[in-house]
Amino acid sequence: MSISLQQGAFIIAGLLFILALAGLSKHETSKRGNILGSIGMAVALIITVLATLLGVKSGGMAVTEALPIWGVAAILVPMALGAIIGVFRALRVEMTGMPELIALFHSFVGLAAVLVGWVSYLEGPPATNAGLHYGELFVGVFIGAVTFTGSIIAYLKLSAKMKSAPLALPHHNLLNLAAIIAFVGLTVWFVILPASHHVTAAGEAGGGSTGIVLLAVMTGIALLLGLHLVAAIGGGDMPVVVSMLNSYSGWAAAAAGFTLGNDLLIITGALVGSSGAYLSYIMCKAMNRSFISVIMGGFGSDGAVVGEAKDYGEHRETTAPEVADLLKNASSVIIAPGYGMAVAQAQGAVADLTSKLRTRGIDVRFAIHPVAGRLPGHMNVLLAEAKVPYDIVFEMDEINEDFSATDVVLVIGANDTVNPAALDDPSSPIAGMPVLHVWEAGQVIIFKRSMATGYAGVQNPLFFNENSAMLFGDAKVRVEDIIHNL
Amino acid sequence: MLIGVPKESSTGERRVAASPKSVAQLVKLGYGVVVQKGAGQAASFPDELYIEAGAEIAGRKTAWAADIVTKIEPPTDSEIDLLKPGAVLIGLIAAPRSPKLLKKLADAKVTVLAMDSVPRISRAQALDVISSMANIAGYRAVIEAAGAFGSFFTGQVTAAGKVPPAKVFVSGAGVAGLAAIGAARALGAIVRATDIRAAVAEQVESMGADFVAVEAESQESSDGYAKEASDDYAAAAERMYAQQVQDVDIVITTALIPGKPAPRLITEEMVATMRPGSVIVDMAAVNGGNVAGSKPDQVVTTDNGVKIIGYTDLAGRLPTQASNLFAQNIVNLFKLITPGKDGQVVLDMDDAVVRGMAVVTDGEVTWPPPPVAVSVAQVAPPPPPPPPEPKKKRDPRVTYTLLGVCAAALLALFWVSPESLLGHFMVFMLAVVIGYYVIGNVSHSLHTPLMSVTNAISGIIVVGSLVGLSQSQHDGSTNLAILVLSVLGILLASINVFGGFTVTQRMLKMFKKG
Repeated sequence: MSISLQQGAFIIAGLLFILALAGLSKHETSKRGNILGSIGMAVALIITVLATLLGVKSGGMAVTEALPIWGVAAILVPMALGAIIGVFRALRVEMTGMPELIALFHSFVGLAAVLVGWVSYLEGPPATNAGLHYGELFVGVFIGAVTFTGSIIAYLKLSAKMKSAPLALPHHNLLNLAAIIAFVGLTVWFVILPASHHVTAAGEAGGGSTGIVLLAVMTGIALLLGLHLVAAIGGGDMPVVVSMLNSYSGWAAAAAGFTLGNDLLIITGALVGSSGAYLSYIMCKAMNRSFISVIMGGFGSDGAVVGEAKDYGEHRETTAPEVADLLKNASSVIIAPGYGMAVAQAQGAVADLTSKLRTRGIDVRFAIHPVAGRLPGHMNVLLAEAKVPYDIVFEMDEINEDFSATDVVLVIGANDTVNPAALDDPSSPIAGMPVLHVWEAGQVIIFKRSMATGYAGVQNPLFFNENSAMLFGDAKVRVEDIIHNL
Repeated sequence: MLIGVPKESSTGERRVAASPKSVAQLVKLGYGVVVQKGAGQAASFPDELYIEAGAEIAGRKTAWAADIVTKIEPPTDSEIDLLKPGAVLIGLIAAPRSPKLLKKLADAKVTVLAMDSVPRISRAQALDVISSMANIAGYRAVIEAAGAFGSFFTGQVTAAGKVPPAKVFVSGAGVAGLAAIGAARALGAIVRATDIRAAVAEQVESMGADFVAVEAESQESSDGYAKEASDDYAAAAERMYAQQVQDVDIVITTALIPGKPAPRLITEEMVATMRPGSVIVDMAAVNGGNVAGSKPDQVVTTDNGVKIIGYTDLAGRLPTQASNLFAQNIVNLFKLITPGKDGQVVLDMDDAVVRGMAVVTDGEVTWPPPPVAVSVAQVAPPPPPPPPEPKKKRDPRVTYTLLGVCAAALLALFWVSPESLLGHFMVFMLAVVIGYYVIGNVSHSLHTPLMSVTNAISGIIVVGSLVGLSQSQHDGSTNLAILVLSVLGILLASINVFGGFTVTQRMLKMFKKG
């Protein structure tokens, strides 16, 4: 196969990937976008598989040799196995488990990038610019390894196989800094290491082992750094972490592209990297925190009330029949869901309630805070799964003005994202974070398991407002009680 | 306890203090309800509906002899005689203007909760009949004006010619004024409104009307100038009114100060400048009127053909709606005074709302109430945080210099870089920029599918492993380490590729438009 054919296919695949991301910007074009992306992937895969099997020629000279016949099995067997595992997981996953799945997928990309880096080291140096090649390779393996372990920890935290509270070793910022300094030092050492200490070109005997040791040490440091970095971040910051890891997996792929001199990997990696970085930026803005402060570790880790304990007065409790009455007499209702809804698996019941109220002619809408849930857009996916039409689901900025004209607001499993203290209490740890103005509505019903504080460990004055009432218990059961009483 | 709902006795009063819906809610709170026969007739609530809701129908005396009597208009002397001692009367009293009535009620040894003495605090808004009635009155004022006005409100282009829309001027943007603005806008008129409080301009504009401010020269004056400034303001206001009434077809005035004569806003001279056929609704006619020549409960037509409507029962002219809201206000009151939901009234005189409404308590006049103290539990609001310091705009020269330095540094770096890197770097940089702009448009609700798609396409790393695999062959020999690592890489990346696209498609299929 000629190299031009391969490069041409890569250009087309790259273009299709860009169109895929552009298609995802709107609901109407999103399915087409996904299909374009998979076509692009198919083009890239088929051409690469053929190139691998048949060998690539440039100007009549072989760039790579054709693989023997077992090469077909070496490619197709792992690919088919991967496809089966991937599709199986994708079809079986609960929508509430989406954050875990995505984190797990990120770890695969990270690990694959590490493997690609190692493979290209073991192949030996290129004919020219060996130092540059080593540098690219080193960076690629580093990012890949951090992504790998970071994503594994994120997966464990999100699937509750590990405590989601931030785990902070003493001086953990110093540890991170030391790891990065060590990485930079090792990179320099690795690049300037004389060729005799590196693995030589494949097939040739000899070559020192210092290079391989350096690479192994650095991989180890990066793996530990990934572990430590994400372990220090708490559950509520996960939307930022997941999109950050998404970004890293892209950069890892791009670095692999530099190592291999492959433009398709560079384009794709850069697209994914910048998209993940942009999402992280949106998430950070929605929490009014800087990216650095999220990375430096979570706040309010132990659920204790931060700041002085203030007397907020008494909260009022209500019952499901009362809420049902209230809803029956309302003309407009807004539901503000949070992570608690996902935990209680209440989205089906909530959707049921929504459709019941809508058939009574009551205007029901949803207000989604950008960081509600554990993944950017998590709530939207859950509601879509429960068949809530997407045109009654609104983003914070679209609906915040409307709370004052609303009769009843149901806050289901949200806490910090509806905390008025973010606006009026400059001493609050969440001061300045944009929040849903639920308290402006006529009546606010808060579904909650107990009076414990939210992720940020901040007391919520909303609960003590005159127009607030608490409905304690499992959100799903309570919503079903309300439906029963309608 | 038993709640009695007598028929209103004053002539022309068509409202009733309970609706079938409110009766059902009262029964739920544990009360028995007895409704006088025919009480809801004029408000289109036949007796059967009350029975269905759980009330009993009885004669006048039975209704008045209940433990609690809910009513709209103040009771007459003969009605007071029917009240049993210790009973609770709930209704409009007009306490500031009726010391004699209060005395009589006290002599009858009853307790009276005046619905028109609800303190104006946010917690009590659900009981505030003044607001709910003002809302209806504002709406009805526009309907009355439309009835008396000889043309369309809305502009139209017909085959016979063009009809300009009517122009409506609303004075006072309280509850009634805003309701009038809304109604007039809904009929298609051009609406302007004014209010002495410049702060309500935003509310006026939110209803779709233009706010007309009084063009007074603002004099930030010390005490000596205060009087003059106010004179200045009055003169400016008068000029504004004179100008507006000439231009518009309909004027609705709502300026009512409780317990005081209504301010005179529109003089005889101004009315004389209006076009024949114009309509003025004076919602303050009961207190002397905002308009020269208006008479309570009458429509006056001036010499130049301007109709001045002075109805004082505007809310009552929408009897069903008014009864519904009034009844709901009463239900909200009962919710407050029935903490046990057991049909037993508990009057907590420490509650500012109850204390404010109780104008007669157990045979003693308890009006006026002590001024509403800020409730004790409430923590004084902290002083507003100092406004954030405006971000200092950087001197553009500094920015450009920094940019220049960065560009120069990069250039120096690229200078010493090998050619092959630069080609790839160009591709990389462009892809980053494209990624940023493409993602910037993605709607929030699609962030999760976006992540899973980017996840799937980052599985392109499989290409790297395939390339690695093809390098495992050299001159017929196989490098086993490379082979194993590459195969593992292919496996992992394939999970991503296939899993990522599948899960995205699954999610996107769920998003449905309603």
